[in-house]
Formats: sequence, C-alpha cells, structure tokens
Amino acid sequence: MAEYETHEYDVLVIGAGGAGLRAGIEAAELGLRTAIVCKSLLGKAHTVMAEGGIAAALGNVYPEDNWQVHFRDTMRGGKMLNNWRMAQLHAQEAPDRVRELEEWGSLFDRTDDGRILQRDFGGHRFARLAHVGDRTGLEMIRTLQQKLVSLGVDVFAEYTVNRLLKDGDRVSGALGYRRQSGELVLFRAKSVVLATGGLGKIWSITSNSWEGTGDGHALAMYAGADMIDMECVQFHPTGMVWPPSVRGLLITEGVRGDGGTLRNNTGERFMFNYVPPMFAAETADTEAEADAWYENHEGNRRTPDLLPRDEVARAINSEVRAGRGSPHGGVYLDIASRRNADYIKRRLPSMYHQFMELAGVDITKESMEVGPTCHYAMGGVRVDAETGATNVPGLFAAGEVAGGMHGSNRLGGNSLSDLVVFGRRAGVGASEYAQSLEAMPAVDDAASSEAAARVLAPYDGSGRENAYTLHKDLQDLMQAKVGIIRTESDMLAAIEGIDELRERSQHVGVEGGREYNPGWHLALDLEHMLTVAETITRAALERKESRGGHTREDFPGTNAEFGKVNVVGRRAPDGTITVTQEPLPEMPAELQRLFEED
Amino acid sequence: MPTAHLRVWRGDNDGEYVEYDVDYEEGMVVLDVVHRLQATQAGDLAVRWNCKAGKCGSCSAEINGKPQLQCMQRMEQYAGGETITIAPLKAFPLIRDLVTDVAWNYAKAKTIPTLKLTPPDADGNRRMAQIDMDRGQEFRKCIECFICQDVCHVIRDHPDNMDDFAGPRFFIRLAEIAMHPLDTNAKRDTVQHGFGLDYCNITKCCTDVCPEGIHITDNAIIPLKERRVDEFHDPLRALARKLTGKG
Repeated sequence: MAEYETHEYDVLVIGAGGAGLRAGIEAAELGLRTAIVCKSLLGKAHTVMAEGGIAAALGNVYPEDNWQVHFRDTMRGGKMLNNWRMAQLHAQEAPDRVRELEEWGSLFDRTDDGRILQRDFGGHRFARLAHVGDRTGLEMIRTLQQKLVSLGVDVFAEYTVNRLLKDGDRVSGALGYRRQSGELVLFRAKSVVLATGGLGKIWSITSNSWEGTGDGHALAMYAGADMIDMECVQFHPTGMVWPPSVRGLLITEGVRGDGGTLRNNTGERFMFNYVPPMFAAETADTEAEADAWYENHEGNRRTPDLLPRDEVARAINSEVRAGRGSPHGGVYLDIASRRNADYIKRRLPSMYHQFMELAGVDITKESMEVGPTCHYAMGGVRVDAETGATNVPGLFAAGEVAGGMHGSNRLGGNSLSDLVVFGRRAGVGASEYAQSLEAMPAVDDAASSEAAARVLAPYDGSGRENAYTLHKDLQDLMQAKVGIIRTESDMLAAIEGIDELRERSQHVGVEGGREYNPGWHLALDLEHMLTVAETITRAALERKESRGGHTREDFPGTNAEFGKVNVVGRRAPDGTITVTQEPLPEMPAELQRLFEED
Repeated sequence: MPTAHLRVWRGDNDGEYVEYDVDYEEGMVVLDVVHRLQATQAGDLAVRWNCKAGKCGSCSAEINGKPQLQCMQRMEQYAGGETITIAPLKAFPLIRDLVTDVAWNYAKAKTIPTLKLTPPDADGNRRMAQIDMDRGQEFRKCIECFICQDVCHVIRDHPDNMDDFAGPRFFIRLAEIAMHPLDTNAKRDTVQHGFGLDYCNITKCCTDVCPEGIHITDNAIIPLKERRVDEFHDPLRALARKLTGKG
C-alpha cells in the first residue's frame, strides 16, 4: 500500500461554506470526532458572497407570516418541482436557525422595537429576510466559523478532495491533496457530508468564485449517487455587465427589495409586461400600486420587479433581444431616482462600494447596468429530507450540492436558510450513521492507489493542452449552447463539444512543481466540470418543457406530465451518464390544500 | 489593447522578481491581469482569490509596496508604461509566489473568548437596539484579508512578538465582543488577558490600509485600552478590589 498522510475521523465534512460549517458544528456538539476539509482558507467559501438575507418566517415585520406561507411561496417559486418535505422542514425550522445564529454572535439589523428586521425579496409574500445590510453571507459564515473554531473541530484548509473511497457499497473516506505541499492525503471516515456548493464556473458569465466547479456533484456521481433536477440552473437576473472584468458579479435582489426598479432603454418599467398567469392575481398592474406596496403590503399587490428570479431573468433576456437593452447588453436597474442617497448607502453599502470602486458608477446618482448571470444549481444529489442521506450508505449532502429543496427555481434568501437547516440535519444524520457503525470501514488499497494515480496524472500527460484554455472553451460552449434559453439542436451540439473537450483534457500538461500549483488544480477540476456539464445537458434534453430555471425555446410552456417527475442522472462505472424520469414524492393532502386557492 | 508591465515575485524565499508584459482591457483590476498572466504565460503562478469583489479577503498582496486587495485596484490608476510590482505579504512566511502562510491568524482566532448571551425574552426573541448593533457591525465588516496584520509594525518589524500579540484583526473582534449589548461572558476576560494590546502605540497603520474602512484604532483599540486602564490600572479600583476581595 502506498504511504499517504492519513487522518481518521467519525464524520468528515467536505466544504466549509454555510452547510459544511453547520454540519460540522452539529457533529462536534454530538461528540463525534469531526473534521472539515475545504479548498480555500476557512471563511472564504462562496457563502461569503450572499448579500440580501436569510429567509425565515419570524413574523417580526408582518405578524401574519408563518411557515405555511413560506412553504407555499417556496413551492410556487420552484414551480412545484420541489421535494415537498424539504420545503416544509425548511420553512418550519428556518426561524430557529436564525435565532441560533444570533445566539452565536450574528448582529442582524433591527426593527424599531429591537427585534430582527426583515426585508422584502422576490417571490416572498411578506418581508421575510433577516439581514445585515447587504453583507448577510459574510455575517453568517463568520458566525459559523467562529462557533466551529470554539468547538475545536479540525480544519484542513486548502486541501482538495478528488475522490470518495468506498468499502463495498458504503463510503469509507476520501482521497485528495494538500495544496501547500502537493502531497496526497487520505481521510478515513465512518460518514462523509458533501457540502461543496455549486457549479457555476462551467458558464462564462457567472457570479461564482473559482471554487464553483461542481466537485461535490461529480464526486457523488463517481461514488454512485443519484442526481436530480440538474437541468435547473438559476441565472440570477441582476449581474453586473460592465466593465468586462466584473461581468457576472452579483447585484443583490435587495436593490429591488428596497425600492429599485428595472427599466429598458426607453425608460419603461418593462416588468409589468412579463407577469405570468401564475402570479397575476398577487402582482400589481400599475406603477402606482407597485410603489404603494413598498409602504403597505395590505391593500396593494407586490411590484413585478420582485417576481421570482427565473421570470425576471427571462424578461431581461427578452428586452435585450428586442433591442431595448443598455449599451453593454443589459438593462437598467434604477434606485437613484427612487430613494435618497443616505438610504441607499445605509441599506446597500456593499453595492454602493462595488459600483463606485469597480465600475466608477455612483448608484445614488446613476442607474446600474445589469443582466443575467449564472448563479445557483437547484439540482444536485438526491437526499433524504430528514437526514440528508444519499442512496450511497454513509454519504450525506447538504446545501447547494444537494437537490430537491428548491425545485426548478430558488427564491432569494432561501439559500442561506437551506444551508443552516439542512447543514444541521446532515450533521445529525451523518453522526447517527457513524455511531451505528461498530468499526471504521475499510479502505480498498487498489481504489486509493487508482485515485492517487489520477491526481498525479496531469504530470504524465503529453502536455499539449492548456487547462486554462480548456476551461474557457467549456465555459463558452455552455454559455452559447446550454444557457438561459435552450433548444435541442444546441444541446446536441453541446454534447459533442463536451466529448471533444474530454478527449482534449486527456492531454493537459502542467508546468511547475506540486507546491501550490493552480494549473494542476484546474487540470483536476476539468474532469468534474465535464461530468457535471454533460449531466446538466442530458437532463436538459430530457425535460421537454420550460419550468423555472430551465427554459426550452422548442418547448416554451410547462407540461403537466413533466411536473410530476424528477429527471434523475446517474453515472455508470464506465463513465456513461444516463438520465431517466422518476415520479416526485407525493405531497400529503393537508399541504396540498395550501395551494387550492391557486 | 494596453499592455501592463508587471514585476511579480516568483518562487519561495530564494525566489526573485520576474518581469512580464500582459495585455489588458479597459476596466480591469490587477487581479484580472494576474489571472491573464497565469492563463497565458505562467500556469503555475500561485495566487489566492475567491470573490473578486472585495468581499472575501483572499487576494491580499503588496502592490508597489502597499498592502492591498488585488481585486479592488483598477488598472487605470497606474500611469501608462509604469511597472507594477506585485509581492506577497511580508509579515507572513512565504509559501510560493504571491501566497503566504497565514496560519498564525487562524491560531490566534482559537484564543478568542466566545459569547454567552443573556436568555431570550419569553417570546423567543432577543431585543437589541440598532444603535447598539452599529458598533459591532462595523467590526463585523472585516473580511479577514489580514492586511492590517501584515502592516502592523509590532509584528512586521518584530516577529518575536507574534506569540504575545493578537493583532488589529483580533482587537476589533475583542472590541465587538466587549460591546455586545447582551453578552455576559467575555468582557472582563478579554480585557484582563490583554492579547498584547499594550504593544500597540496607535500609529493607525492598520486603519489606513483597511479595505473595509473600519476605524480599527479609534473605535476598537483605543476603547479597549481605556477599558483596560479603567479596570486594571486604576489605583482606586485596585484598592477597592483589595478591600472587597472581588475581582
């Protein structure tokens, strides 16, 4: 057996964003030997970028809010494709998770009577997002990080896991490498929680950081886990479009929640032209009513600027296609003419700073130019709602890497709450599973040697391909062929393109040594990204309808039959990826009644 | 397309500056140019980054001698033809190229006391005024870029002090805990332990470089120093403690 640096734990958490940290906290508090492995330094995960807030029916601003309303909003926002039980648990438990963050040190903005303030966001009937200005994600990750550190959990920062290891059917650990030294590392564990976040880096216009390469999705597939709804990818309606270096960078929905409005190049508030029948009854049809709603939700219907993200992204796309866009190919987001400078700076300090520093635009005086940016994967590993367990024994998943919670489209603010609700549940699930095992599962020497060889393979290649070029080619391919608006012919071309890229990726070379080498890291990421890109494309071909974050030009409407199924993706040991339709879990009658008024 | 003339530290402590010419586009920041260099001429160039929006604090480096975030420095600010020198943070051990070992900061974080809040009200909520949040919220804007730690001469010029000194990043953390309106646990311990607060002679270098504009010296360090003097060096209080046997 090859010699590796080897560590042994009861629970191994992969990923240190909100979900991973919360899972690690839970496992440690339950007394299990727990470790967290993360690709970046602790506290830098993509959760830090979340801006607007964490959705929870605390009822502090609108006492009539409750979990049933939040559950209903979430399901409707997801176009009813959600795993109903996840959506229910999420709505029921989010308030306790927010109060827990406060207990651990979060300083949320306050109401006049000193309770946690909540702001309006797209698709939420009531002002529901607990927040800290527009840097809520930073507050959350720092709180969880500090709590985790206080519990003495071992953190392996700047370690990258490349393969999960199994003992028969069940998970027994993971193999990866330590970036600072380039040395291989073996983790043995009774259970593993995947909390690896998203996959937005397979598109060129994206809000995601370098980490969003779909590693966890791919690791789960290599290990035999089922994936659901991979075709459902959220393009956030408001990313920056200029200058080029910040294209895709996120602009919080809180801008619209706090009074901002979208306009085309004629100054028209075009969202009034894009209200779908599903939301017509509760959406304002005049500017006067929409503006009055900000002050008083009773007797006024909500502004169409705050329709769910899929609707707004498609509307912006249509305006730009029709020639009513801004000079750099977006539309205008105007808060300058609608709120005073002090209010904007107080409510949206990061946005003010970001535009001033990076684009030279003063958002208290000028409109922002915005356009859709790849933001979030609704799809992911299929999990048990109660425990986060996957179909692979010992493997759990939580957060963005898990599927089901958000259906075909996620509401803003439901991600941070998802992380802590299901991060905690996966922590419990993984702990109880680990406690049920009498002994540490075995690690198969042959499998770990094979995994080790794969990690080192880029140093043996012919070296004629550059990993950075291949990554860019994949991003351009997915942006052009599997973007916001999809058709069969484009996606078939994408499958061919992915095959060609996979062939080229066999010939990637790496320059330099193994110590902290980002070129080597990217060469290893390519396999994961290609696996995930193919799965998404095949799932998108299979779903012959438009629903939420999945829009087919050749099948423009929803189809009731497709509304009853998940598209399930699987990877065979030989690398073949297949997709099948399988029925959604059925919602019990007492919950179905919440939708009868529709 | 303009061309940037870069001088970038390559290698470990035995490394050297290497000069590169990199084409760039309008609106780019230093980190974009470094990424382009990495993708086209130096595939193994080690540099940390995550958000590229000034929110994660990963890409700290010394640009023309000044500790800054590479993602927040626009190329327009450099005169045409000017050579831009990019070096790793100097106060921390160098790993390679622009990446340093910042583990000391994470070790210090483990020594910070935790909060223990008063119980919530009967309805499950805690009530705190926004004005009391404002103070702590300023400190919690910190993105842990560790530029304040890098620039602080207590450790930059005297690495021996690193054992006893927590540094500006953790002084604002201590101040945040001390100013939490509902905390019952840590205030006294925080001030008593000190964390090397006395080494700081308030030159405000940390405040000057903070990319989040946190008033580290005025709003955190000075109030902590005052509290420390009040509680532990005030002769009347010391006498009172002696007489009552408390503290």
